[in-house]
Amino acid sequence: MGGLPADRVVPSEHDTAEWERRVDALMTLLSGVKGGPPRMTVDELRKNIEAIGPEAYDKMSYYERWVTSITQTMIQRGIITTDELGQKMEAVRARPEAKCKK
Amino acid sequence: MQEVAGSAGGQYPTSYRAVARRFAPGERVRVRATAPLGHIRTPFYIRGHVGVIERYCGAFPNPEELAQMRDGLPAQPLYRVRFLQTEVWPDYAGEANDTIDIEIFQHWLEGLKGGADETSPPPSDPPRARP
Amino acid sequence: MSAQQDRGEYQALTYFQLMEVSLRELLVEKGVVSEQAVSDTVEDMRRRGPETGARVVAKAWVDAEFKRLLLENGTRACEAMGIDVPVLKLVVVENTPQVHNMIVCTLCSCYPRMLLGIPPDWYKSRNYRSRAVREPRAVLAEFGLQIAEDVTIRVHDSTADMRYMVLPMRPAGTEGWNEARLASIVNRDSMIGVAVPTIPKP
Repeated sequence: MGGLPADRVVPSEHDTAEWERRVDALMTLLSGVKGGPPRMTVDELRKNIEAIGPEAYDKMSYYERWVTSITQTMIQRGIITTDELGQKMEAVRARPEAKCKK
Repeated sequence: MQEVAGSAGGQYPTSYRAVARRFAPGERVRVRATAPLGHIRTPFYIRGHVGVIERYCGAFPNPEELAQMRDGLPAQPLYRVRFLQTEVWPDYAGEANDTIDIEIFQHWLEGLKGGADETSPPPSDPPRARP
Repeated sequence: MSAQQDRGEYQALTYFQLMEVSLRELLVEKGVVSEQAVSDTVEDMRRRGPETGARVVAKAWVDAEFKRLLLENGTRACEAMGIDVPVLKLVVVENTPQVHNMIVCTLCSCYPRMLLGIPPDWYKSRNYRSRAVREPRAVLAEFGLQIAEDVTIRVHDSTADMRYMVLPMRPAGTEGWNEARLASIVNRDSMIGVAVPTIPKP
């Protein structure tokens, strides 16, 4: 990406949302920084973000790319399966309290 | 200019089984101009360009392999390589001495010295980088 | 925080928030992580921020031997101050009257997180990552920082295992200040290299 034409840098920042902090924490834990057995590497995180393709930067935020990549990696490593994920997502969605603070 | 001693083990020595080190601070190197597939940490913009070894960082597992769920061993020597911006960008609008420093793994670098012996061991007391 | 205590507005989970909850619950069920570890790690990361980096800079400004160690091995210097920086391989680059340093990660958003906390959005943005390497002076000007023609700009692209922090120059007018006061004028942007420490107007 270095050197490609781009626009003015907007010095924006947002308060990191709790769900984003949890994604960040999951990556820290899964990469073994906190002492547990490493389940994935930052290299796999990066590779799977690259695999999302160019739309990743237009349509997804930073931690949306991260959670997508971590989840793909867990599937690739056989720690979770696509079906388990689908079942769980349906179940969570159906909960009345499945909401996030605006 | 900041100078850092190039210790035999690098600024951050590791204990991985590693490929032999080929370059010393101050040496001119070219970044290979190839574009294979997979996860690569050598930026497109620097491929084919010539720079100078600024320091030896240490030997680390190959990220191209780590990305594919392999262990990336033997570890590859990693260097910081310094390039003149005016040589990297044809339309560089800054000053002649401006530089860009990039960490590049050894297997992406070619030596420029005529008659370089690829199997010779690195000097035990590498000269400090003076680009 | 329970729903009764918190009166903030709520909305349905987005697809990605749903994914986060689902992934985390599956990993907990499988014993890969625990909810406690996740919340402990969230709190740990929340505590990491530029104030810690500012203390390192301030110490380097007053202690020449510490500064020498910091430039030689940034991680060991932080650890010598009692700062916990797991996995960090810190390279500190020093601003001088002749050289101004600027940090970027064009490939993703590598940043010395264990020392400085989570990086700002703009550091991760496509625009910064594309332009910082190619037109650093223009980018710095957009941040309000003009660098003189006779000062060399060194951009550092963190492409591999090292992580970078700029050691800014100590501004004139800070003679006799203690470390805490010095640290108070060192902000995050000056340790990335898009700003320099300034003395607040009285």
